[in-house]
Amino acid sequence: MAEQDWKANKRVFAAVSLPTLLWTILFFVVPMAIVWVYSFGENAGLNEIRFSGTLDNYKRATEFLYLSIFGKSFAVAALVTLICLIVGFPVAMAITFASEKWRPWLLLGIMLPFWTNLLVRTYALMILLGQQGYANQGLGALWGGASWVKTLVGLEPLPTWEPVQLLFNNFAVVFGLVYVHLPFMVLPLYAALDRLDRSLIEASLDLGAGHFRTIMRIVVPLAAPGIVAGVMITLIPALGAYLTPDLMGGTDSQMIANVIERQFKKANDWPFGAALSFLLIYAMFILIALQSMRRKVPEVR
Amino acid sequence: MTEPAQPIIQIQNVSKRFGKVTAVDNVSLDILAGEFFVLLGPSGCGKTTLLRMIAGFELPSEGRVLIDGQDMAGIPPNKRPVNMVFQSYAVFPHMSVADNVAYGLKIAGVKGGEARDRVAEALDLVKLGGFESRMPDQMSGGQRQRVALARSLVMRPKVLLLDEPLSALDAKLRAQMQFELSELQEKVGITFVTVTHDQDEALSMACRIAVINKGDVSQLAAPSDLYEYPANRFVADFVGSVNIFEGKLTLDEPDKAAVDCPGLGKVYLNHGVTGPHGADVWVALRPEKIYLHVPGEGKAVKAAAQDAPDGYNFARGKIKGMSYLGDITLFEIELETGARIRVSRPNLSRHDQEDFTWDDKVSMHWRADSPVVLLG
Repeated sequence: MAEQDWKANKRVFAAVSLPTLLWTILFFVVPMAIVWVYSFGENAGLNEIRFSGTLDNYKRATEFLYLSIFGKSFAVAALVTLICLIVGFPVAMAITFASEKWRPWLLLGIMLPFWTNLLVRTYALMILLGQQGYANQGLGALWGGASWVKTLVGLEPLPTWEPVQLLFNNFAVVFGLVYVHLPFMVLPLYAALDRLDRSLIEASLDLGAGHFRTIMRIVVPLAAPGIVAGVMITLIPALGAYLTPDLMGGTDSQMIANVIERQFKKANDWPFGAALSFLLIYAMFILIALQSMRRKVPEVR
Repeated sequence: MTEPAQPIIQIQNVSKRFGKVTAVDNVSLDILAGEFFVLLGPSGCGKTTLLRMIAGFELPSEGRVLIDGQDMAGIPPNKRPVNMVFQSYAVFPHMSVADNVAYGLKIAGVKGGEARDRVAEALDLVKLGGFESRMPDQMSGGQRQRVALARSLVMRPKVLLLDEPLSALDAKLRAQMQFELSELQEKVGITFVTVTHDQDEALSMACRIAVINKGDVSQLAAPSDLYEYPANRFVADFVGSVNIFEGKLTLDEPDKAAVDCPGLGKVYLNHGVTGPHGADVWVALRPEKIYLHVPGEGKAVKAAAQDAPDGYNFARGKIKGMSYLGDITLFEIELETGARIRVSRPNLSRHDQEDFTWDDKVSMHWRADSPVVLLG
């Protein structure tokens, strides 16, 4: 009753939602609208944009060069999401089935990276992956060890260790994005798995299923809402990733956000940048629309 | 059954500890093939833990569980010849009724026509024929429970374990399911082991009941023995409603006994109790075994004297509370000693409830075979 009264009282409802609404309009809808209008404009002088209703920006944005960067961004984001899912699912299961005592600490471990600035985390990762980084040092030590074992049994030693290029390439971008986005995947998966009625798992075991079959036939299908949420919440920010490819990527690993950034900064072509931005936004809209069209898994409590 | 029934489940000196808490404490009991066995006890008494150890979801800290003579140590739940109906039913929400029931068959490698036949047979057994393509969210709680039953029965287990099977159903449905479960058990001939905290449920369905208290078996007996011959105060109090009075054993011979209860008066029994003379004992007296008499104690004294010496099995008091339940009326009576006693009286005619009212002085008597003397 109380809830209905609250909803029925229009003035209370308005008073409560007004600040948020104003904030959203002022700082989200209006700037977005301006950018949207820019995307139909053209440059007139260094810092003047004339609105002309032209579609040229979109025509240029759909040229093969840019479409291929869109495509590559999708591919990278999809790969990152897939790796996050494959790595994140066992992690989420481990947290779910950990003892009461350990669970908060494991969750804390997942969330801890959020407390550090993204830039700092990215540079830390770069130090790790650099030519003289710990990753290469470790690999070098293993290489040296293998070489030493070979000489022990009287074989030719291995050639000297050449550090592997772990940074400034596509591998680095995917690695960095997975590192950054993993918590986004794990948390919704954990939320879904935590709500799962344990007796469903026990019932499956009781009916003769092994653990693997129980996971594939019972746990995964029932965690589907969490999987979809995790995929969306990982895919969308990964698609618009800007800092990681900028810092860790090579010349060939730029993603669409880097191209957009260049239009607004170096190229000083705001209308074209705006058009690219909106193409990205439309793509995300389609993804979200697809998600909400998905058949809902009925819930039995 | 003509042959003496064989034990299908043997629980031997089983204990289960969770950290410092002992949930099951050195329990030994045999469950016979083909019987409807009930583990009855208050919540947290360890009965569910015991059931889960049979299913294999918990491992005993000590002792052995044998199913059909085979030690279950090291055998996981999916390899045990038992199936379980969970308290929450645990019907898979993303599968149709038929897929739910066929789940275990598929794993067991039963295919095609045979699988279909067995699913149909199991659904008929629980009266869900025609519901094959329904999804669980389109079904009531009672129907989901039938799905869970069919899903287990289709596996033809040696033992069916049921964890609080009726606790989530409303009262009417619960009463109906009690009959149906008993009927089903007779029809399929599978041993049923049920856990419940509800004494009515246990009494109505079980062949034998093990009353569990604090991880230990308080008494193992047939329903009527449990009710009429409780072995201790816990069982007397937990199964049914009872008045318990402390007293001293003053007479104990093979064919008669007497107890002096300061709260109730002098109690006479027409059988011996084999307790040491002068020992502290407890007398349990069921409310329905006490006859209530309209004011004027002559009749009560006379009725009591029919099978007990003068002055025994008789009490006086004042009605302090009444609750009319339709079929019976419950009275709360304050005895002259200050103790309180509960008496129930069947309403044999439409106007019986008008016989007594608050603050009426009443007298009571009970028969010499009604009180139960408890030593512990």
